[in-house]
Amino acid sequence: MDRALIRRALGDKVQFIQGDDACAYGALLAGCNFFAGYPITPATEVAEQMSILLPLVGGCYIQMEDEIASMGALVGASWTGAKTMTSTSGPGFSLMQENLGYAIMTETPCVVVNVQRSGPSTGQPTMGAYGDMMQARWGTHGDHEIIMLCPASIQESLDLTIVAFNLSEQFRTPVLLFIDGELGHMRERLVIPDEDELELVERPMFNGQGKYLPFATDASLVPTFAPFGSGHRTYVTGLTHNEQGLPRSSSAEIHDKLVRRLADKINNHRDQIIRYEEFYADDCDIAIITYGITARTCRDVVEQARSKGIKVGMLRLITIWPFPDDTVARWSECVQAILVPEMNLGQMIHPIREAVAGRCKVAPLFRIGGEIHTPVEILTALEELQCQLC
Amino acid sequence: MRQEIRICGFGGQGVITASVILGKAAAVYDNLIACQSQSYGPEARGGAARAEVIIDDKPIGCPGVHVADILIAMSIEAFTRYGRDVKPDGTIIIDPDLVVIPDLPERAYPIPATRIAENLGNTVVANIVMLGAVTAITGVVSEEAIHASTIKSVPARFKELNERALAAGIAAGHELKGLGRG
Repeated sequence: MDRALIRRALGDKVQFIQGDDACAYGALLAGCNFFAGYPITPATEVAEQMSILLPLVGGCYIQMEDEIASMGALVGASWTGAKTMTSTSGPGFSLMQENLGYAIMTETPCVVVNVQRSGPSTGQPTMGAYGDMMQARWGTHGDHEIIMLCPASIQESLDLTIVAFNLSEQFRTPVLLFIDGELGHMRERLVIPDEDELELVERPMFNGQGKYLPFATDASLVPTFAPFGSGHRTYVTGLTHNEQGLPRSSSAEIHDKLVRRLADKINNHRDQIIRYEEFYADDCDIAIITYGITARTCRDVVEQARSKGIKVGMLRLITIWPFPDDTVARWSECVQAILVPEMNLGQMIHPIREAVAGRCKVAPLFRIGGEIHTPVEILTALEELQCQLC
Repeated sequence: MRQEIRICGFGGQGVITASVILGKAAAVYDNLIACQSQSYGPEARGGAARAEVIIDDKPIGCPGVHVADILIAMSIEAFTRYGRDVKPDGTIIIDPDLVVIPDLPERAYPIPATRIAENLGNTVVANIVMLGAVTAITGVVSEEAIHASTIKSVPARFKELNERALAAGIAAGHELKGLGRG
């Protein structure tokens, strides 16, 4: 794609825009040239922005009949070599699960943005929530790994959308970018990175040497890619398949090898995928472990609590899946208690407890209903925790 | 310097637009940090509308406004609901033609934004009049920044009308401030 055209479409370098728009900007910068989706509050602005931007840069925007078809279109377009994205919220993400699994099984790069709202079902359309964290992990059936990122600011919504595309290309797998209704509709300053600040990754391409086996891999465990129409025979199926892509669904050996490879290509590269941010890691008795918009309020409270003599540190998860269990385990060895504020009734607290393995107390602070945690309620929870430890 | 600003009224008055222009003035033109958010009922026009802007010189964590430093109320409902959630030394700015209540606090600045806008030829710019007034009264952003942000945010064909609205708001704000009202 013409980079100058992308720059012109995005406009001023410094803007004051919403999280949803920042995701769309990030997608364009990452080279996204295909978007298929169905509007849904609070994610509609991502689609709206893409419908404005993509025609300006020669890309393709399709408003689909539903989210099932949207995800299907992503897979098809990606196999022509396009960089693809869709955006949705909880009800639509539920509909995408089948084809999300298909994209995992067929090693199809694509980015799925979920601007979360309160569920279950249609719930609270205009309110933010983080109730889809576990659906992201296990919503589609079968053994699999998934990559998921959670920004906490407008700038990070742009930056991590680019990272999401890069990871999806590098590992040829769907990558999820999760924000929430609050962040999606919030505005902050956005600085559009210059061309020389961008690092873009493209999927490994077949070099034309020898016979093309679409699902054969080297040590990277990621197969090389030849797009549909490039003259190579490619068979793509959700059934268990061999290196040619042909169905071999009765073979235990082929299934075991394939599905373990799909998991290993992500798990073996956790160090390249996992991102987090730490505050006062070496000097705290209590840790807050959180993510997304909640982390912003927690960051303020950490300073307030420390000024009151409570030694609090904070671990902000940026990569949610694969879960950074080593990092959480390390924290649990140094603190007496971990507070887990979440905008749900307890989702990430489960892998946190698993990683902590009883080494310290893990206290929940759950809030639902669409409003973010107040600084006072987090501070109160920390004070109570401090009392219990004394 | 964290300043929490709440602008409220009913849908269609441009409450949210005003908050975006204010946030942009701070974040893009005054080189400060700003964070804007909003909420409105499903019935956007005529329903309650509320927007919040936080302006600071340091990174902004919590994006919510709890007790405001500055409240701009453009409807009775908005004032009744949020009038008390203002800091003791905070600033309250109301449109006195819309917020008609007997026990208006002494410190409230009455800016007849809708009437001023009507005299300029179009009530649609009442929100811009308010922005001019809040800038003059509080100095939360510079007059240059609010001007640049307004021009950048409105359709070119309404540039002149909006400039006049902003100037009228700034003048009204300075006048009240000069009288020591508040």
